Amino acid sequence: MSTRLGTGGRLIDRTHKLNFSFNGKRLKGFAGDTLAAALMAENQMLVGRSFKYHRPRGIVAAGAEEPNALMNMGRGAKFEPNQRATTTELCEGLTAASQNHWPSLEYDIGALNQYAARVLPAGFYYKTFIHPRPFWKHVFEPIIRQSAGLGQAPKDRDSDRYEHFHADVDVLIIGGGVAGLQSAVIAGRAGARVLLLEQTAHWGGRAPVDGVEVDGQAADIWINNTVQALEAMPNVRLRARCMGAGVYDHGSVLAYERLTDHAPQTDAPRHRLWKIRAHQIITATGAIERPLSFAGNDIPGVMLAAAIRDYVVNYAVSPGDRTVIVTNNDDAYRTAIALHHAGLMVPCIVDARPTATGALPEQARALGIPVKTGTAIAKVKGGKRVTGVALCQQAGEGSVTEEIACDAVGMSGGWSPVVHLWSHCGGKLNWEDQGQFFRPDPARAPISHDGNAFVSAVGSADGHMLTQAVFDSAAAIGTEIATRLGRKVATEPVNVTGPQEQPLVPVWVMPQGAPVEARSKMWLDFQNDVKVSDVQLAAREGYESVEHTKRYTTLGMATDQGKLSNINGLAILANELNARIPEVGTTTFRPPYTPISMGAIAGEARGDIFQPLRRTPLHDWHEDHGAHWEPVGHWRRPYCFPRGEETHAQAVAREIKATRTSLGLLDASTLGKIVVKGPDAGRFMDMLYTNMMSTLQPGKCRYGLMCSENGFLMDDGVVARIDEDTFLCHTTTGGADRIHAHMEDWLQCEWWDWKVFTANITEQWAQIAVVGPNARKLLQKLGGGMDLSASALPFMGWAEGKIGDFDARVFRISFSGELSFEVAVPASQGRAFWDALHAAGAEFNATPYGTEALHVMRAEKGFIMIGDETDGTVIPQDLGLGWAISKKKDDYLGKRAQERAHMIDPARWKLVGLETLDGSVLPDGCYAVAEGVNANGQRNTQGRVTSTYHSPTLSKGIAIGLVLHGPDRMGEIIEFNKVDGGVIRTRIVSPVFYDPEGEKQNV
Amino acid sequence: MLILTCPNCGLTAEESELAPGGEAHLKRFGPGSEDADFEGYLFQRANPKGVHFERWRHAYGCGKWFLAARCTVTLEVFGTYPAQTTEPPTEIVNKIKAKRPDWSLS
Ligand SMILES: [Zn+2]
Repeated sequence: MSTRLGTGGRLIDRTHKLNFSFNGKRLKGFAGDTLAAALMAENQMLVGRSFKYHRPRGIVAAGAEEPNALMNMGRGAKFEPNQRATTTELCEGLTAASQNHWPSLEYDIGALNQYAARVLPAGFYYKTFIHPRPFWKHVFEPIIRQSAGLGQAPKDRDSDRYEHFHADVDVLIIGGGVAGLQSAVIAGRAGARVLLLEQTAHWGGRAPVDGVEVDGQAADIWINNTVQALEAMPNVRLRARCMGAGVYDHGSVLAYERLTDHAPQTDAPRHRLWKIRAHQIITATGAIERPLSFAGNDIPGVMLAAAIRDYVVNYAVSPGDRTVIVTNNDDAYRTAIALHHAGLMVPCIVDARPTATGALPEQARALGIPVKTGTAIAKVKGGKRVTGVALCQQAGEGSVTEEIACDAVGMSGGWSPVVHLWSHCGGKLNWEDQGQFFRPDPARAPISHDGNAFVSAVGSADGHMLTQAVFDSAAAIGTEIATRLGRKVATEPVNVTGPQEQPLVPVWVMPQGAPVEARSKMWLDFQNDVKVSDVQLAAREGYESVEHTKRYTTLGMATDQGKLSNINGLAILANELNARIPEVGTTTFRPPYTPISMGAIAGEARGDIFQPLRRTPLHDWHEDHGAHWEPVGHWRRPYCFPRGEETHAQAVAREIKATRTSLGLLDASTLGKIVVKGPDAGRFMDMLYTNMMSTLQPGKCRYGLMCSENGFLMDDGVVARIDEDTFLCHTTTGGADRIHAHMEDWLQCEWWDWKVFTANITEQWAQIAVVGPNARKLLQKLGGGMDLSASALPFMGWAEGKIGDFDARVFRISFSGELSFEVAVPASQGRAFWDALHAAGAEFNATPYGTEALHVMRAEKGFIMIGDETDGTVIPQDLGLGWAISKKKDDYLGKRAQERAHMIDPARWKLVGLETLDGSVLPDGCYAVAEGVNANGQRNTQGRVTSTYHSPTLSKGIAIGLVLHGPDRMGEIIEFNKVDGGVIRTRIVSPVFYDPEGEKQNV
Repeated sequence: MLILTCPNCGLTAEESELAPGGEAHLKRFGPGSEDADFEGYLFQRANPKGVHFERWRHAYGCGKWFLAARCTVTLEVFGTYPAQTTEPPTEIVNKIKAKRPDWSLS
């Protein structure tokens, strides 16, 4: 059994007990424990089930590379799935639950999958997708849905806070082991602005666990002194519990700081996402131990050798009473020695190498631990827990030579540098035969904007596995980086005492000639259940590319992203392909290094501040008067103003009736307003609009169309000529910024010698449409002296003056078909003007109306709306707007495109009005069906609805749409389909349903 | 996330302050041009693996467009220059040639 030792544990505080629960069971641990350490101390080695076969899974590792111990953590609004027990610091009241099992962790029905392993082979999904659809739907999908996913999705809204931080530093050091600390000291002393990140809560990495002595003292002492020295430097910042998550272009880095996961009662943000711009980055990310592939290597109790050492030394937790060590290198002997010193039994060390004569093996022998060289594990015995191992010769096929009882196995297949962050932004790797790993190639480092390398690896992240070499590399790189930044460096040599190690011997399968029954029990990827036999099968089935093999087998695609399985899987694939490992290559390393929370990504951008809200000067009035809001761009516009028990439809109908019979008021402030000014303004306007704008007289307005260079209609609006040099362009509500950018693009990049300025003045003005038969009366009632008569200010004219006390620009334009004045006043006068209109308008039943009434009234008039009638494929000629396209101009944006064969094809869908025979409202977006079917067997179409409403004015459904040859087919009856089947018989009519002669607006 | 120096305001700007605008130095073909020329202008882009001239706007800064010479593989930036040019300045071309001897302006 696994248990807490009576003494020791460098990271725990035995005086501070903590209560926690696992699957509802109440357990105890110590402050300083990780959840994994505390679970093991309570003999809870079984922590989950694997993804595919639901095999029992135990804790394998002691850090971020853990594939198995994923937990549902917390409750309610603090619930989060897939949290690693090995990186979760224990805190009072922590609740954890295991995942991926039903009905319980101990008895899991999904585990039957493993007996069906033959029908769930590698490439299961690939092969299954090929099956006919009904088979997929009725057989596979229900099975997969039942078993898919690991943790549960949270149901409640996350109650924690998150934040973003921005930082700019000279040197960012990722990893706070001795390599990172030493690099930081050098860069810090050289005066560089340094940020040092460590993903765990502790500085110093593995050195203290491995018993290294630095400058004649225990590593802990050197680490403490160094951290203190760094903390004293004003130019150095240290952040523990902060992981370098991703390295991006030009020294951009994301880091993930876990501020209060270990202290959830603290009133502080839970996580912080750092957005760092670093001139130089040092990855001191260490190395990860590789598992060995032997039959039963996934049975709970089989762990990485170094992880066992971590639990014993750091947490005083014994993984078992009798631990067999199996290795191909010297480092694992440290675990045997540590176990021995902790008073635990190591029945033997199984070393696959023919001989082991290094200092560490000799030390182990001297302690009386039997060392069996040339030996392998034929099989691990046990189900939910290791009960023993059967040994055999490594060189053979697995004939068992002896069996040894044990309850834990520590395995080590060597170490692989953590090259993820080096690789994220294009750093390349070299294969190193000596240690059998990929390491960064400094000649092919990630390149920054200046063409120079911006990432360097140090320590074991650069393949230096002995501590002296780690310090030496940190000193060399630290010096080089400081020099690159133009700084002077003084280094003092650091001397490390520790045993020399003999080289490892690569062992990818144990024993070497293991038969297929054994290979199909050797796990490579514990979380995704990928075995040696699966990768071999993939290779035989022709998946030679490592990227294909990965997707075919799902090797390395679990949430641990193959931290343990990567090299082992590559080695199996290479062997099967008769290639060397570097010829097979690695898969792509993608950020983040370990999963980061969605909350951290969102940061503060949630709820009310998810997106900035643009408010018109009248926004508060609308809110006070019960507006039902509609988002339009970043604005909120009133959709309608329901009164009492009114439905929205009733409110809209009332607003339209009031407007058409007496007086409506619309907040039109969101309309884009762009000034185009300068001696060449007319020439520029002629290029921007399809119309001839240069001939527009001051005091007049013209409706204009703007097309992209592709010829498609992109915006429309009324242009007013202010004076000889000045135009005021109205754009659609959502279009102001886009159109302004469009203007600037052409001005700056194509016609830069034209003398024109543009300015987006949208928010400088409040604009109110005063609409209806009594519109003029209301404005005249307010006084101010402007002559608003039809002769002085005719339709499509504008004038400047006073309305009451307000400074006004009055535009006689109409989007409703009624007599209409759009009055712009400075934004600061907007609210007062609006209030004055309502006060004076009471006798005319002045009624505020919203966007829906606006839409219905414009549709009744057959006016198009950008985004309804247009969708980026529609040209003005499709919309019956040929009259707004100047024939006299040599050029305008989009003119050449509108001459292309497809654009002048007579067989385009064109704008018409549509009236159902039964008066009903056509469904939005429905299609007009035509005879026959297309190549896909779908019914042919001949048109579609672009706007459709119930018209309260006409008491029936009205619609406009685009129909093939539409304007030539007036009176014809065509059929539109309904989503629920059936068709609606519809007559093609003029798009102008209301007041076709325009008598009402022109009075 | 790239960093580019805006030649108008001199600021070294984060990519999040900038808006990309595709390939630089396109020659506009308007009414009267051949179909092939117009198609090339509107749709055909070089999309090179290597040195690329591209348009950027300092959208959340000074608002001005500028041009950048950048390697699409290594992300090295050879230089930025004002948008009011029809071809890359000699200084930029020389800088690129010094670093990429096999490259030539086609
Ligand atoms: Zn700028």
